[in-house]
Amino acid sequence: MSDQLTARVIEVIAKTQHLPAESITIDKTFAELKIDSLDGMNILFAVESEFDVSIHAEHAAAIKSVREMVEGIEKLVAAKEAAHQG
Amino acid sequence: MTRRVAVTGIGVIAAPGASRAAFWESLRAGRSAIRPMTLVPEGSLRFPNAAEVADFRASAYMDEKEADLLDRFAQFALIAAREAVVESGFVVTTELGARMAVVTGTSTGGQTSEDREFYSLYAKGVTRIHPLTIPRTMANAGASCIARQYGIGGPCYTISTACASATHAIGQAYWMVRNGVVDSAIAGGSEAPFSMGFLKAWEAMRIVAPDTCRPFSQDRKGLILGEGAAMLLLEPMESARARGAKIWGEIAGLGMSSDAHHLTQPLADGAARAMRAALLDAGVEPGAIDYINAHGTGTQANDATEAQAIREVFGAHAGKVAVSSTKSMHGHALGAAGALEAAATLMALDQGVIPPTANFNEADPACALDVVPNTPRVARIEWALSNSFAFGGLNAVLVFRRS
Repeated sequence: MSDQLTARVIEVIAKTQHLPAESITIDKTFAELKIDSLDGMNILFAVESEFDVSIHAEHAAAIKSVREMVEGIEKLVAAKEAAHQG
Repeated sequence: MTRRVAVTGIGVIAAPGASRAAFWESLRAGRSAIRPMTLVPEGSLRFPNAAEVADFRASAYMDEKEADLLDRFAQFALIAAREAVVESGFVVTTELGARMAVVTGTSTGGQTSEDREFYSLYAKGVTRIHPLTIPRTMANAGASCIARQYGIGGPCYTISTACASATHAIGQAYWMVRNGVVDSAIAGGSEAPFSMGFLKAWEAMRIVAPDTCRPFSQDRKGLILGEGAAMLLLEPMESARARGAKIWGEIAGLGMSSDAHHLTQPLADGAARAMRAALLDAGVEPGAIDYINAHGTGTQANDATEAQAIREVFGAHAGKVAVSSTKSMHGHALGAAGALEAAATLMALDQGVIPPTANFNEADPACALDVVPNTPRVARIEWALSNSFAFGGLNAVLVFRRS
């Protein structure tokens, strides 16, 4: 898991939720951060824009923590880069 | 059950002032808040002036996360409702909230959010739209937000009848409290019309004045758009008195009508029918009315038609009624207009000062009424009307009484 990508995801969550970035760590669940389903949609939108990726609805619904978000984005970014190289 | 209905709280955010007191301070002095527009780039429209809430920042009123959920029009609604509740001293307990209503008016809802997101989609080539666009845009966003804030569990809805929205909304809430459907209500209207798309649509109608709003004046050139919100807290007179609340005035009647005539051209008959219905609902004779807060948009058609309707309804008494249009100061705030004007009328009753028709230059024989030109007038008012006439030929009139 890239530290840089993790930091970018955390920054997007912090900005969207108006939370200090220090309060968000990789091990926090969305429930712990008081992120509800509406907040979740907001974060997905912001993350999609930040990384220029598209998160499928069924994957999106399964994301319940910062770690799952980072892992999901990592895969999408890798797939995008592979597609470019191909 | 029929009860008298008192207004015990007034909240306002509009160009003349970002609070009830500041708004009234400007109106009672006859100061117009019409200025060069700042919300769209200079020179992009045929009309340069508007009545904007200057330097508005939602974060000054609510935390940023809450502000994010709401379009500007809903932010205004919440801000005005909060002031009305705080000023009234009414504490919304769980029990009282369950018997309380929220009725708001708006003409275009969250169109500034829609305009911004659609611009990204069509012009900037962005493929995603912000996921809060639907909840931000919905016309009931303000009403829902007020209900959530205070735990108001009774009837909650939004009325959209263009420029009569807020008057219909206040009237509905008034009837519900009067008839015992609920025991209190928050009612009013809010509007935020300043997006490029919406302003261009107004420009195309060629009824926005290139200078300023001069209701009933011979040289009037059209309306000036305004924004903001006003909310009233309504409760039965008896309980308001029992708890020693400040009572700004009483709502005593509602009249409604439809012109069933033309999409945009007003008809005096329709306006007259609404005024008569309001007087009948209040059980008051036309001769008892001291003041009319006119719809008075400053367009050629409205002002002449409204003057004709007033003469039809009041006959010989028409010349003795003071008629002013406060739109000359707060602009035409569309779905919020009736609420700003209800607030102005209530404060006129309470303070004994009639806010004038500002920017007035010369009398028009087609509007031969006492239009209180430019100078505020000290006068004891017992009964007053507030008129709202909308595009689509929809009319609503409220009757207010001094308390």
